[in-house]
Amino acid sequence: MNFYFFRDFFFSCVWEVFYPLDRKVTARIQYRVGPPWYQSFADLLKLFGKETLIPKNSSVTMFMLAPFLGMSALLVSGFILYKINLFNMPGFLGDLIVMVYLFTIPSLSLILGGFASSNPLSSLGSSREIKLLLGYELPFMLAILVPVIQTGSIRFSEIIQFQIEHGAVLYSISGSLAFIAVLLSVQAKMGLVPFDVAEAETEILSGPLTEYSGPLLGIFKLNKMLMFSILPLFVLSCFWGGFGNVNPLINILKFLTIVVIFTLIRNTNPRLRVDQALRFFWFKLSVISSIAVILALGGM
Amino acid sequence: MDLRLKALTKSPWVFHISTGSCNNCDIELIDVLTPRYDAERFGIVLVGSIKHADVLMVTGSMNRKCIPLVKDLYQQAPKPILVIALGTCSCGRGIFRDSYNCPVNVDDVIPVDVYVPGCPPKPEAIIAGIVKGIEKLK
Repeated sequence: MNFYFFRDFFFSCVWEVFYPLDRKVTARIQYRVGPPWYQSFADLLKLFGKETLIPKNSSVTMFMLAPFLGMSALLVSGFILYKINLFNMPGFLGDLIVMVYLFTIPSLSLILGGFASSNPLSSLGSSREIKLLLGYELPFMLAILVPVIQTGSIRFSEIIQFQIEHGAVLYSISGSLAFIAVLLSVQAKMGLVPFDVAEAETEILSGPLTEYSGPLLGIFKLNKMLMFSILPLFVLSCFWGGFGNVNPLINILKFLTIVVIFTLIRNTNPRLRVDQALRFFWFKLSVISSIAVILALGGM
Repeated sequence: MDLRLKALTKSPWVFHISTGSCNNCDIELIDVLTPRYDAERFGIVLVGSIKHADVLMVTGSMNRKCIPLVKDLYQQAPKPILVIALGTCSCGRGIFRDSYNCPVNVDDVIPVDVYVPGCPPKPEAIIAGIVKGIEKLK
């Protein structure tokens, strides 16, 4: 434990300031003024001050533990990503694979929390989340293979270094196809609108979060904010050269572009049913990713 | 002022229950969220679960079937919770005062903080009601 550790930790946490952008852009698309910039932080602060209710028949330990499980995984992955991107840490061999594993844990925490809360609607939401997880993991993994094949490395710092020297993965045919697949699977990973079947507010209240209140709900909201800052950077590192550019302004602009793409997809699409979402991921997006992998193996 | 209370005033999440209303108040409540009135400016969001709510919005004249349900909901809500009676029916039963099916007022069942009269109340009145309730919390 030294000063640098805390500095880096602070930097990796503070990036969630980009989350309010999502709500503001949403409001502007709908011709509204929208909430003030501090709205998400006010929401969090309020939730941390409220009463925690635990359902009578729930499995209490799992109910309390689930949100923290997701948060710890996200903090670790965010720490690794930002240290590599902002402070040029070399990372370790296979950190890409570790990252892919860590990104499934927030979904798992949602599933565990939903099943632990002994509410029929929560269980329904959790089972939907499992189906969605089965759906989007396949195209996601296939698409992540493309930068691995092109750069010949499973180490983030080498992937980024390769892209600085030879141009971004995104600018090749296979790279752009895989980029589309990754964007849509990450959209489902974050539980945003076309794929928010698990939390469908108009159908099953709030899905797995139905029984959560107060600080525990706040942690789940925080997970969502963290995902909104970490996953775009993951996509950026794999496909668009990370924060490798010398000019920090261009780096931030690239980051914001990806965030705004997520928000635009969210605001211009209706919610899919879970069977439609599965069909989309397995029979459309997986095919696109597979074609991208084959093209990448062919060197395109 | 307490920091937690200050945050609460900045993001009141509203849960809405209809206790046998004619749907008019419910439609006006949805109006508040449309771009014209844009209640999200004040952090007001409609939530799906009572466990997430800070404001319990009751519409309708409280018929017999709804009395135990509303009691249940009030007990399930995480405190502090603000109860708003929306519309003439829930303020004092309105034209259903002599009905066989509306034996009690809303405020006989749960403690009401703010009354917003009107049949239906205008969206401006609803926003004003929520703001007054928040003032009361301070």
